[in-house]
Amino acid sequence: MKEEKTITCIGCPMGCQVTAVLEDGKVTEVTGNTCAIGDRYARKEVICPMRVVTSTVRVKGGNLPVVSVKTNGDIPKKQIAECMRQIRDIELTAPIVAGDVIVKHIVGTDTNVIATKDIQAV
Amino acid sequence: MEERQIVIIGGGPAGLSAAVAAKNAGADDILIIERDERLGGILNQCIHNGFGLHTFKEELTGPEYAKRYINQVIDFGIDYLLNTMVVDIDDKRQVTYMNREEGLVTIKADAVILAMGCRERPRGALNIPGYRPAGIYTAGTAQRLVNMEGYMPGRKVVILGSGDIGLIMARRMTLEGAEVKVVAEIMPFSGGLKRNIVQCLDDFDIPLKLNHTVVDIRGRERVEGVTIAEVDENRKPIPGTEEDYDCDTLLLSVGLIPENELSEKIGVPLDPVTHGPIVNETFETKVSGVFACGNVLHVHDLVDFVSEEAAKAGENAVAFVKANYYEPNRQQIDILAGEGVGYTVPQTIAQNIDEPLKVRFRVRGIYQGKAVSVYFDNERIQHKKKRIIAPGQMEEVLIKPEELNAHASIKQIKVVIEDA
Repeated sequence: MKEEKTITCIGCPMGCQVTAVLEDGKVTEVTGNTCAIGDRYARKEVICPMRVVTSTVRVKGGNLPVVSVKTNGDIPKKQIAECMRQIRDIELTAPIVAGDVIVKHIVGTDTNVIATKDIQAV
Repeated sequence: MEERQIVIIGGGPAGLSAAVAAKNAGADDILIIERDERLGGILNQCIHNGFGLHTFKEELTGPEYAKRYINQVIDFGIDYLLNTMVVDIDDKRQVTYMNREEGLVTIKADAVILAMGCRERPRGALNIPGYRPAGIYTAGTAQRLVNMEGYMPGRKVVILGSGDIGLIMARRMTLEGAEVKVVAEIMPFSGGLKRNIVQCLDDFDIPLKLNHTVVDIRGRERVEGVTIAEVDENRKPIPGTEEDYDCDTLLLSVGLIPENELSEKIGVPLDPVTHGPIVNETFETKVSGVFACGNVLHVHDLVDFVSEEAAKAGENAVAFVKANYYEPNRQQIDILAGEGVGYTVPQTIAQNIDEPLKVRFRVRGIYQGKAVSVYFDNERIQHKKKRIIAPGQMEEVLIKPEELNAHASIKQIKVVIEDA
């Protein structure tokens, strides 16, 4: 099966509209890019776009009511919503130190959700 | 009156980096004065990642980036005051501050580093008709509410302005369950990074309407909706293009303005384009011993560049304190923004330089296939072709010591955009 996907390259302010041709799930051709960055970006982005997710989690008894968190690596873009659902109802108790693991193996990946900020107990 | 060697106004990324660099350069008496209840400034609310690629060669979130510097400040035993507001500074470098514990206090500094950052352009600065209902926030205020105080400002959101903070908040509000209906941008291009347009708007199918602005806000007590219209080349709304959006929240991401009330009290002349102090190559303002760095000097897109500039300001403040005063050893050179260039920082060169000098600037429009040139008086010294230059991305040229030495008597340096 042959399909085309057009995306905006994020390599520089040019923002080239890059089109990748996919045959049986493999990129066979990249057009519209004006440099090698666009080619590299498109080949990765059209197969499996990955994103770091950053958000907050509620905290009891801290100097702030929420602590900022991130996935400590990329997760597939299509699992962002599921990731948010999994951390939405968590409530932690202060103190928290940046780097603390909040959720292991989020959405079944090798990636953990970790705190990015210290929260002192008050 | 208590005397301090170096007093730094502001404990955000600029103030922290200036303090650490000043300590490394041999200063042993440094005081940071911060008005918030913690160090780190706006980085504390910028919980997204992408900070530190230049400085630390890794992608950190805002709080993580701040912590790297805060840890050094604490390890070095650098003094800092929190919940403390500087209310006045005079041209003798007498700093008056106020807090709950000490009341009003005036101290004398051998050198002052201004690092107060910037603030957002508010609704009052835009001519949008309508009532003054609840539900209108600057994007940065919404960011603080969501990311630090745990409140959601609303559920149905329209964003005016496509600066990076607006784009980041479009994603953030969406992730927290809000519906972001549209981002309207009055200019024909976005000032935000391409990466943010793709990862904050395209990823969530949020439309970006270029050449559009908000022409009406509906609702008396609470925002009930806004009207968006297309604008012509003079940025005037085109009748008949109005579209109504039901929403309970309008976020404004329409520009940042350096916060220079204190600088004006000192009598520091400001640049009409940057709205920040005019500085020389050491980041010293026109008032002796008063330095400026970070977003109070000019608004940056990358915190890494803030840290880098602030470190220079910190080192130079120490050199100033050690020498007490320095005699200019050359005639001042003015650095001018020529054709296509909005401004440069620094704006002057006061001393001979012994290492390459970075002159940062922003262009006025989007230029493709043009060249950045540097003229010493009327002689072209540098000419470099660029694929693309845009106002949203800060550019730089390097002035080399040997170039300056070979042109001992020049009066001005001009940065221009011209045909390649």
